[in-house]
Amino acid sequence: MALTDRTGEGRASLPPWIKTTFLTLGSIAVTMLGLLFVTFIIGRVMPIDPVLAIVGERASQSTYDAVFEELGLDKPLIVQFGYYIWDVLHLDFGTSLLNARPVSEDIARVFPATLELATLGIFFGIVLGVPLGVLAAVRKGSWIDQVARVVALVGYSMPIFWLGLMGLLIFYGILGWVGGPGRVGIFYVDVVPPVTGMILIDALLDRNWDVFKNAFSHIILPAALLGYYSLAYISRMTRSFMLEQLSAEYITTARVKGMSEWDVVWKHAVKNIRVQLITVIALSYATLLEGSVLTEIIFSWPGIGSYITTALLSADMNAVLGGTVVVGLVFILLNIFSDLLYKVFDPRAR
Amino acid sequence: MKHLRLTMAAGLLASALAISPLAAQTPDNVLVVAQNIDDIVTIDPASAYEFSSGEYVANTYDTLVRYDAMDTTVLAPALATEWDIDAANKIVTFALRDGVTFHSGNPLRGEDVVGSWTRVVSLDKAPAFILTQLGWTPDNISEMVTVDGNRVTVRYQGDFAPSFVLNVLAARPASIVDMETVMANEVDGDMGHAWMNSNSAGTGPFSLQTYRPADILTLQANPDYYQGAPAMERVVIQHNPEGATQRLQLEAGDIDMAKNLDPGQIAGLDGAEGIRIETYPQAAVHWVSFNQKVDALTNPAVWEAARYLVDYEGMANGMLKGQMEVHQAFWPEGFPGALTDTPFRYDPERARQILDDAGVDTPINVTMDVISAPTFVEMAQAIQASFAEGGINLEIIAGTGAQVITKYRARTHEAMLLYWGPDFMDPHSNAKAFAFNADNSDDKYASTTTWRNAWMPPAELNEKTMAALGEQDAEKRLEMYLELQQATQTEAPFVIMFQAIKQVAMRDTVSGFVNGATSDYVFYRLVTKE
Repeated sequence: MALTDRTGEGRASLPPWIKTTFLTLGSIAVTMLGLLFVTFIIGRVMPIDPVLAIVGERASQSTYDAVFEELGLDKPLIVQFGYYIWDVLHLDFGTSLLNARPVSEDIARVFPATLELATLGIFFGIVLGVPLGVLAAVRKGSWIDQVARVVALVGYSMPIFWLGLMGLLIFYGILGWVGGPGRVGIFYVDVVPPVTGMILIDALLDRNWDVFKNAFSHIILPAALLGYYSLAYISRMTRSFMLEQLSAEYITTARVKGMSEWDVVWKHAVKNIRVQLITVIALSYATLLEGSVLTEIIFSWPGIGSYITTALLSADMNAVLGGTVVVGLVFILLNIFSDLLYKVFDPRAR
Repeated sequence: MKHLRLTMAAGLLASALAISPLAAQTPDNVLVVAQNIDDIVTIDPASAYEFSSGEYVANTYDTLVRYDAMDTTVLAPALATEWDIDAANKIVTFALRDGVTFHSGNPLRGEDVVGSWTRVVSLDKAPAFILTQLGWTPDNISEMVTVDGNRVTVRYQGDFAPSFVLNVLAARPASIVDMETVMANEVDGDMGHAWMNSNSAGTGPFSLQTYRPADILTLQANPDYYQGAPAMERVVIQHNPEGATQRLQLEAGDIDMAKNLDPGQIAGLDGAEGIRIETYPQAAVHWVSFNQKVDALTNPAVWEAARYLVDYEGMANGMLKGQMEVHQAFWPEGFPGALTDTPFRYDPERARQILDDAGVDTPINVTMDVISAPTFVEMAQAIQASFAEGGINLEIIAGTGAQVITKYRARTHEAMLLYWGPDFMDPHSNAKAFAFNADNSDDKYASTTTWRNAWMPPAELNEKTMAALGEQDAEKRLEMYLELQQATQTEAPFVIMFQAIKQVAMRDTVSGFVNGATSDYVFYRLVTKE
């Protein structure tokens, strides 16, 4: 009480940025804890015995019992969860039941593969999707709009598995324009030192153009495929946002004032949908960063999507929870990044 | 606008990088294989228990005796050049081969044999039960396996046929590892287990160069291999779970061998230039079993009727063509002691008659669990259709392998469609699974097909199984296994239907690939490319 009076004057308050930081970190911690708890419980109530993933179906009862205890499955669920959280706080994500390796090593291996693919995919989605959506809105009802609609419809409705196989058949099998499944050709595996785990970046860092070219030929097709699915979503949302802006009075005013159509569209309308677009793009990117299981399977891409899925189907909960931490963090960080961008683009949000 | 143009230019440049025909030819000294390897849990021979890890161990490690690549049906000397069995049939003495070295360059010693087997028994991982059948425990193994210079003496507890003991010592967990290197990499008392999941320490024709789970496994030729260095300097096994893309890779010439093609994909390669298909009989048998905890499935008439409700020929010549052939006994065809009779045909009228005669009320409604994988689900659907003709309605429950096995292990299924492959190439491995059950109590878990279906075989079957295990006369022993197979063919709640076949598509420049009856007999050391 000595530090403050009833009006609050003289209170030793913290700077706003520290408060914000604490609140954000607290929010992240609570979100992650909730996410882990739900995932943990789901994993434990699934009708799959995780011990069998380790010992196989023919191990003796003594072997089974030893592993059962080793995994802590003889303890109450809440105690198991408590142990897990304690280990996570010490940056120990445990060992994968499926390959007997530390989960942190696995994630360090599979996440960069997904990050590389998703980043290139979202790049395609933005570069093609935003202009397409803008054009479709500006030329509403024209053939461009119809084409954009069909492109988006195909993107929404066509199974990615089928599109991927067709893409491989045509561009790899028949035309030979792109590399086949895998991140890089067999003879370029482990040629460049793994610095980031992203082969394109590592090849650039190593100035190894052969590896870069080969890796690019392998990533271009799955990235384009993922980009196409992002494009479908981004272009439709862009069109919708743009139509709303183009019908606003300030646009009519700008046109009446004699401003060129280019400026009306790109300097006014597009500028005003940036905040909404950021949300759409961030969501698309986050979805890609979760890993696209089917794309990863078709293209033999060792990413986090197939890693988590395979782990889940075998009740490898250390791996599932480790993957969940990463995916959860990706969502949270993208959210924070989006919030920051809002403030950059929209003064009202500051 | 400037930024947009720059971005578009960068995109076009990037695309140009990719749009140029890519060379597709594997080098003459490298074998490139596309294979689904995500089943691998570990690659330490003390714990490796999956198909793909079995292939890996077979190519990087040796046992004292083994079914060699030259003839996978004959047990041949390997790290031991000769062996003697004492008159009482309780001790085998092996003479180790001279001049054999591990991948590290360390020479093979008797201590490595003792150490390797002690390690397996002490670690007590999944395949340890194969060795502990011999009565070995962590406490007694130092007395059961002893070394005197170049000779290793092996003792065992139990009445076993000599061939059984040798087959156990030819199995995967009996692989000999370089104990000096392994123990130098021990962490927290793990006997080098973690290290062995990223490294090889064997005497085999290849050593491990790279392994990343569900990504890639690369083997490097061992130039000092005692049977001569392999022609392939490297074998690259690229993980690819999708048969359709394996086929594309093979046709494009990016790989030499595609191992996971389905019948449709195999058929699609018929007549393809530069590609041939090889077919290899496998040891796994596929069957339907009935849990005896389910009242509706306890009547032997139901078991008998069910044997006439599978369209064996129709399935084998249709959906399973090239993947399975009709086989109706527990020990696979092609191995000594296999019963090759196929007395059952699809005959729904006869099945209905059997049920009528026995006074069984139909329809019988039960569930059937099956692994949710393409071939299994299709088989289940065909069986569901043909069983219905006889008045047995199956509701299919498809689940992941882990889900199905979890349920099977708990004996909570009703009917089950599954397969069984022997743990080692001795008929006892399957006889114990299909004709023996020491104790059917819920708390006496056993991994056998009998216990898991809560079926207690007649006492004479149990006795005969154990008698065959200890029979010294090899001919008589095989005769006993034939009788056991005949008995289970008619008396057990199992409908054994098919034996698996494996088809591998490869470039026609590849020769010498050996794919024996199990993953333990898949060998790359004789492969050549022209």
